[in-house]
Amino acid sequence: MAKITNLEDLRKIRQKMQPETISGHTGKDAAKLIRIKVAMATCSIASGSRETLNYIVDELDKRNLEATVTQTGCMGYCYAEPTIEVTLPDREPVLFGYVDVKKADEIIEKYVKGGMLVDGIIPVNYKRIDE
Amino acid sequence: MTDFKIHLLVCGGTNCRSSRSSILAEQLRAEIKNQGLDDYAQVVTTGCFGYCENGPVIKVIPDNTIYTQVRPEDAEEIVTNHIVKGRKVNRLLYKDPRTDKIIVDAREMETYKKQIRIALRNCGVIDPESIDEYIAKDGYTALGKVLTTMSPEEVIQIIKRSGLRGRGGAGFLTGLKWELTRQTPGKEKYVVCNADEGDPGAFMDRSILEGDPHSIIEAMAINGYCTGASQGLVYIRAEYPLAIDRLRKAIHQAQEYGMLGADIFSTGFDFDISLRFGAGAFVCGEETALIHSMEGGRGEPTMKPPFPSVKGFLGKPTNVNNVETFANVPAIINKGTEWFRSIGTEKSKGTKVFALAGKVNNVGLIEVPMGITLREVIFEIGGGIKNDKKFKGVQIGGPSGGCLTEKHLDVPIDYESLVDAGAMMGSGGMIIMDEDDCMVDVAKFFLDFTVDESCGKCTPCRIGNKRLHELLINITKGNGKEEDIERLINLGNVIKDTSLCMLGQSAPNPVLSILENFIEEYEAHIRDKKCPAGVCKDLMKYEIVAENCVGCTACARACPVGAITGERKEVHYIDQSLCIKCGACMDRCKFNAVIIN
Repeated sequence: MAKITNLEDLRKIRQKMQPETISGHTGKDAAKLIRIKVAMATCSIASGSRETLNYIVDELDKRNLEATVTQTGCMGYCYAEPTIEVTLPDREPVLFGYVDVKKADEIIEKYVKGGMLVDGIIPVNYKRIDE
Repeated sequence: MTDFKIHLLVCGGTNCRSSRSSILAEQLRAEIKNQGLDDYAQVVTTGCFGYCENGPVIKVIPDNTIYTQVRPEDAEEIVTNHIVKGRKVNRLLYKDPRTDKIIVDAREMETYKKQIRIALRNCGVIDPESIDEYIAKDGYTALGKVLTTMSPEEVIQIIKRSGLRGRGGAGFLTGLKWELTRQTPGKEKYVVCNADEGDPGAFMDRSILEGDPHSIIEAMAINGYCTGASQGLVYIRAEYPLAIDRLRKAIHQAQEYGMLGADIFSTGFDFDISLRFGAGAFVCGEETALIHSMEGGRGEPTMKPPFPSVKGFLGKPTNVNNVETFANVPAIINKGTEWFRSIGTEKSKGTKVFALAGKVNNVGLIEVPMGITLREVIFEIGGGIKNDKKFKGVQIGGPSGGCLTEKHLDVPIDYESLVDAGAMMGSGGMIIMDEDDCMVDVAKFFLDFTVDESCGKCTPCRIGNKRLHELLINITKGNGKEEDIERLINLGNVIKDTSLCMLGQSAPNPVLSILENFIEEYEAHIRDKKCPAGVCKDLMKYEIVAENCVGCTACARACPVGAITGERKEVHYIDQSLCIKCGACMDRCKFNAVIIN
């Protein structure tokens, strides 16, 4: 990894990562990808998010769906763990709560494949500072 | 893709459900079917929107309409007008109570959201193990800006002017602390991040470290530049393995990118960070005890002054800040003091992260602007009390804080108001209690914790709290005496006045504040030998009501200690000397013959 020595280097990395921050797929047509984030803080893992994450990765593969799956930190909705965020191309990100293996299956079948929303959406209840 | 043109999101949060949102969802589905729109519109239930006072709430996408206080009877009108004719139902749109302005686009509802995320800005957004994702969210820009364009004094002035105060509890002005450390002469100085989070039920710092470790690294480096330190230390409890793991990875990535190490941003500034592990002692969150623990000594506090900013780690000037305090720093540098000062109250700027726990519907990690009321936090963000029970109290500030009640619900959350109300900001644990909680038992629980965690160095804390604890045990066992209340107050105040560190000085707080707000519960335990909430086992008795007992023997078979006797088809009897009050008989009885007295 090359060292960052000035603000310009920092800007280059930022540019490379924009418009979407996605791991491992920076070279591809980022906007067309389906992106799934799984909350993986200690509390999420305790409520089973690792099983959910593994299941989603395996099932996407089995069902021939191309999507990037990444982990992230606590989303703050402890009452609804495990939580995941799914972003379909050209759509706003949607957050789902109580995503066990069964729910993950429903989300993949209906939302990821068909764009059909399923019960258990969590509305984002906070303001972001970068918007 | 099934291409629904319209989605109706119906809030299925507990509050909205109790105002019939599930019937509303059914009505909407039926109406959509009725009008033959099955392939066109879809109804989905969601979690809480956080507008509970205006529930039930519906959001229509894609046109971003929010309807509030919708009744099942309104379903037909919404479907006919909004979905079929494309006309919004004006009377159900949200109306700003202050300006009477009707909100047509849900995006405008943004301003009505109760939470703002500054410290948690990247938590749940980026991959914490990817430095690139952090950089994509303006990460390390603040460090770059500070090192290449500003003097340390300028940065300290920014932090000072922003009004940022320590988020670990006491609320000392962060910029001033930085300045004090800078002004102390010395070649060798240290920056310490206090990640020894110990309050029961609190997990703010862990979440930040697990979700956004680079923000802490960046802030510590900025602090090093300001104070003249080239070495940073994170004191973190070994009980946080995932946070440690992510922090380690983040430090390694930062070193590879040259964000830590020698000559950062080619400015000649050197800074590096290493980790120190704590064994999980509560007192080590106190900065002097923390420093002793890092030096390899016993985790015991010493008198202040000298403050760590003068004489800290290895006797050198040391700046100790809490995780959440650090997490605010890069955002302040990037977005400016004016922006930060615009959030919060006159004396408490910015936001505070709280871990909402206990008997609320939406248990979670929240970040709210200072000055928000407890009512908004508990009943709107928290979604109210579980199972429609009655709110009783909220413990703020962990075992060192105080218990606030219904009459405090409109107290604004800021450093001064909370102290005036008899609690304190603390690190951000918020435990909500309902009518089923016995307050004497709650006081005992917190004291139990501090007695356990007392380091034993000073007498008032070591012995005083132990005696205080014994008094409470006696009361909950039904052996309390009338004069015990006065004893609790006297002893509590002596401990507060004479203990060496904040642990002892604040340990009696829950006992005293509960005494002040729930004196009648103490009295019930002492005078009537009764626990009104039915929690204190020694004060309750399971009894069999003769009229209801049919002699089915179910209770006798369920009793694990054989305390129940009685012949088949005859009234049974519980031997109180054997009963362990497990309640198994009550669960088993189908005739409501077992009661608690």
